Amino acid sequence: MTTRQLQQILADGAWRQNTGLVVLLGLCPLLAVTNTLINGLALGLATMLTLMVSNLTVSVLRGLLRPEIRIPAFVLIIASVVTVIELLMHAYFFDLYRILGIFIPLIVTNCAIIGRAEAFASRNAPLPSLVDGFATGLGFCITLVLLGALRELTGRGTLLAGAEMLLGDWGHYLTLVVIPEHPGFLLAMLPPGAFFGLALLIAARNAWQARKSATSVTEMIPDTNEI
Amino acid sequence: MNRTPHPVIRSGFLLGLIALLGTALLAGVNGLTHERIIEQEKLRVLQQLNALVPVASYNNDLLGDRIEITDEAFFRHPAPIVVYRARMDNLAVAALMIVTAPDGYNGDIRLLIGIDSNGTVLGVRVVSHRETPGLGDPIEIERSDWILGFNDRSLRNTQTSDWAVKRDGGEFDQFTGATISPRAVVRAVHNTLLYFKANQQSLFETVSITAKQNDH
Repeated sequence: MTTRQLQQILADGAWRQNTGLVVLLGLCPLLAVTNTLINGLALGLATMLTLMVSNLTVSVLRGLLRPEIRIPAFVLIIASVVTVIELLMHAYFFDLYRILGIFIPLIVTNCAIIGRAEAFASRNAPLPSLVDGFATGLGFCITLVLLGALRELTGRGTLLAGAEMLLGDWGHYLTLVVIPEHPGFLLAMLPPGAFFGLALLIAARNAWQARKSATSVTEMIPDTNEI
Repeated sequence: MNRTPHPVIRSGFLLGLIALLGTALLAGVNGLTHERIIEQEKLRVLQQLNALVPVASYNNDLLGDRIEITDEAFFRHPAPIVVYRARMDNLAVAALMIVTAPDGYNGDIRLLIGIDSNGTVLGVRVVSHRETPGLGDPIEIERSDWILGFNDRSLRNTQTSDWAVKRDGGEFDQFTGATISPRAVVRAVHNTLLYFKANQQSLFETVSITAKQNDH
């Protein structure tokens, strides 16, 4: 596996096939927890870790997994990994667990994870599978963070509120009050705000993509003329 | 006869093996984290309690000195009320009660209410709630200091008719756009004070759950 191919996997997972913005998988946790940036980041990291471990495990076992037991085996592996993460989080990030706790088991139901196990890890060697898990998780995490930041900013006028739950006491100093005396914009904090926010992000990405392909077409024209 | 096992049997065996490995892993991690999780839970409760009753004012095992009472008729809720008793040299200092207000805007609001032995409120904190973010959630100490308005209140310095939000003719503020959540909290605190007054003796004298367990 060349570096170039690994870069390809990375770009696919994080941007071209972004789970949240392009493939639109895993929307349940995506919409449920993103009322603040930190909540989004924490669930994004947990999902990324799950993807990496499950992809790696599936890839290592791929020679043994016969087609007929493939899916139940994936489910078992993913469920075990998620439960381990949940237990560790409960023990070591207790405050965060109190907020995200009920969403952690939901990682199991994130179709992106079983999707990557089936579509990628069961057909590729451990290293590319690990990179694929990282890239897909990174893409998902970025989406969660962007949506969380958008909703937190419009809904409460702050950024990084609650950072102390992830980083310890000094996290208090990270909280930025961007709009002081913000009256609170309820729509952004409630689930409908998540749908609107996600729609805006998808639209922004599509606009960017359309513009980029338009410029690359115009750039190509002189090239063909020269030939 | 065919000696190699049927593919289905082999697959089943393999699946069983994966399940076994998964279970072993979970059992292992559970064993490693179990104690720490219990410690963290205890620490969290103790922090909440100590916010209402200063560490220096009692010298018993606060978490261990715990009883549960069920009085659905009085509290209008079937959930048992957990009471932690703070004592100094066996003299009653304060009772910390976890009470459920049944009439929040979105259902139950769980409150921790500290009452000292004179029947004065040491403080109130919201343990959990599902009130609307931005409207009903200023009942949380993290969002506003409204809840501190209960400090030093008692049945003596606040009459029955004053135990209500201002819109209902009482002494407690409501929030812009939200009256139901503060109303539910005020009612639950008042109710708890009435219960405390009527049952103070038995509240402190009932044998704690841990002491009962040790007897067995």
